[in-house]
Amino acid sequence: MSILVDKNTKVITQGITGKTALFHAKGALDYGTQMVGGTSPGKGGTTVEIQLENGTTAKLPVFNTVREAVDATGATASVIYVPPAFAADAIMEAVDAELDLVICITEGIPVLDMVKVKRYMEGKKTRLIGPNCPGVITPGECKIGIMPGYIHMKGHVGVVSRSGTLTYEAVHQLTTRGIGQSTAVGIGGDPVKGTEFIDVLKMFNEDPDTYAVILIGEIGGTAEEEAAEWIKANMTKPVIGFIGGVTAPPGKRMGHAGAIISGGKGTAAEKIAKLEACGVRVAPTPAEIGATLVSVLEERGLLEKCITRR
Amino acid sequence: MNIHEYQGKEILKQYGVAVPEGRVAFTVDEAVEAAGELGLPVVVKAQIHAGGRGKAGGVKVARSIDEVRKYASELLGKVLVTHQTGPEGKEVKRLLIERGCDIKKEYYVGVVVDRSSGRVVMMASEEGGTEIEEVAARSPEKIFKEVIDPAVGLLPFQARRLAFNINIPNELVGKAVQFMTGLYNAFVDKDCSIAEINPLVVTGDGDILALDAKLNFDANALYRHPEIVALRDFDEEDEKEIQASKFDLSYIALDGNIGCMVNGAGLAMATMDIIKYYGGEPANFLDVGGGASKEKVTEAFKIILSDPKVKGIFVNIFGGIMRCDVIAEGIIAAVRELGLDRPLVVRLEGTNVELGKKLLAESGLNITPADSMADGAKKIVELVK
Repeated sequence: MSILVDKNTKVITQGITGKTALFHAKGALDYGTQMVGGTSPGKGGTTVEIQLENGTTAKLPVFNTVREAVDATGATASVIYVPPAFAADAIMEAVDAELDLVICITEGIPVLDMVKVKRYMEGKKTRLIGPNCPGVITPGECKIGIMPGYIHMKGHVGVVSRSGTLTYEAVHQLTTRGIGQSTAVGIGGDPVKGTEFIDVLKMFNEDPDTYAVILIGEIGGTAEEEAAEWIKANMTKPVIGFIGGVTAPPGKRMGHAGAIISGGKGTAAEKIAKLEACGVRVAPTPAEIGATLVSVLEERGLLEKCITRR
Repeated sequence: MNIHEYQGKEILKQYGVAVPEGRVAFTVDEAVEAAGELGLPVVVKAQIHAGGRGKAGGVKVARSIDEVRKYASELLGKVLVTHQTGPEGKEVKRLLIERGCDIKKEYYVGVVVDRSSGRVVMMASEEGGTEIEEVAARSPEKIFKEVIDPAVGLLPFQARRLAFNINIPNELVGKAVQFMTGLYNAFVDKDCSIAEINPLVVTGDGDILALDAKLNFDANALYRHPEIVALRDFDEEDEKEIQASKFDLSYIALDGNIGCMVNGAGLAMATMDIIKYYGGEPANFLDVGGGASKEKVTEAFKIILSDPKVKGIFVNIFGGIMRCDVIAEGIIAAVRELGLDRPLVVRLEGTNVELGKKLLAESGLNITPADSMADGAKKIVELVK
């Protein structure tokens, strides 16, 4: 089944006329995602034409506002490729238009802008994934974001991660072992974000087609520790993890705005210890994420069920 | 982005936060002049981007002009080693000459963004002058927090509550509220990531002052704060990191001898981890990013090669937006321009991987290909031994 997105999800792209947005709109369409239009303030009424790999040309309508785009297309989700100075506003516009789901790819949004966005979103129905995230993919059905579709395979293992390329590494290790994924969710590398590990774990816990979960974390903050406690108390499916940044020096921001060991807190070692103490097996190296999952699945008698290709 | 104590105090002053009167000095003569203007005693404080200066001998009380001259000449040019600088220490090039004050009591006040709640939080404690992490570990009940709603800002009743909780004398609570409000406003206006006043002091004269001020700024917001960018002190930064920032590369210098180039911060951290796991030492963190061009890849390579400690390089790319052929072209261009005198292991996977591998294989360069991340890490560690 999957979580968040599937073959019926209709998506618009905010900032669609930008180079990056167009590139990934094409990627989404090539994958079979229902990308139905986009916004670009001032260019409403125009159309973008995208040549697809299958030789056809997709013609997507462009609107001035998210509200107009939603009314015209019936989209329930949006993906944002707007530059950092304008991205918080783009998120709030999508929330105002009452979308179910907004995925913000943009890296570099000021943290205090996101503090305001979070406040704005209270009591509203929209779920935000990101910012600074690669997006969400339900293999075989819907790809929203920048991840390479071809490494994914339909299946029963959920993936939730703060990283982009490290997630691809993990997914690749699963797919090459014939283990497919139900949905892969990139929650992003920023300190203040729309969706946390626990939110996604809850969804995977309730999804009948997800049988196990991989959690990929990194230094900074305490989200992994909080997730560990939640898993111990609530999770009915096995979770395995990997935490990046065991070798990261304190006080330095390791690329992601949220990846910083501050005041001795947020180290990888602490996270790993907490996860293990709560029953989450943590892969010792990033190359062993797939192997660690296979071990746990074997122990639980779930490996057969999780192999979706021979 | 970090700034010096004297710069932080100047900013806080603009927001009505009381700070001791002081002047920056770059030479001994300037220090003496400042002391003359301020009146003795003065405190001569080394200005470096690190804490723990007091304990390391970087803060001296001078009661005569001779002492000002003595301390200023000792400190300027000295390499100060504190528990936050690492063993190599930092050279002192600037001093803050500050009017001395009669410290009656020390407190702690700090402002940070709390990730779990997604709110700005102001913390305060009666345990001033100590590392707040120690207080948090020893006696967390001595730290009080106010969670601030961005819709209304720090409310006066919240500041009062903090002041009462940390036992600010009743007659000074009004001043404390003004101080805290100014601190919050500075934090939000300037897009800080941390604003720490440790210690905040109550003086014998009944003043509330920031005796030290540590302001750190959100790198993502610097585009809208040219006035903060102007305060950047390049002497406090690693040369390679400065070079990297010119090309918008995310780079951090480390101590090892294996240079890394990776796309994506998470994968870059994991690459450092796996090198260490196999017995090697990473020389740097480098995220070349998703939209990187051939030029950016070349620059990244140059920076890594410019580090004399680097004995070998591991390129680990999983192309999503990043295309393997672009990385390959960048590496080839860099190597052609600079030459390659050290082992290079390249692992490519993802978008356009076959084209990328082909370009490297046909380049005629001495590049060791790797099939996987583990394979690549093992190979480079071996080659560098």
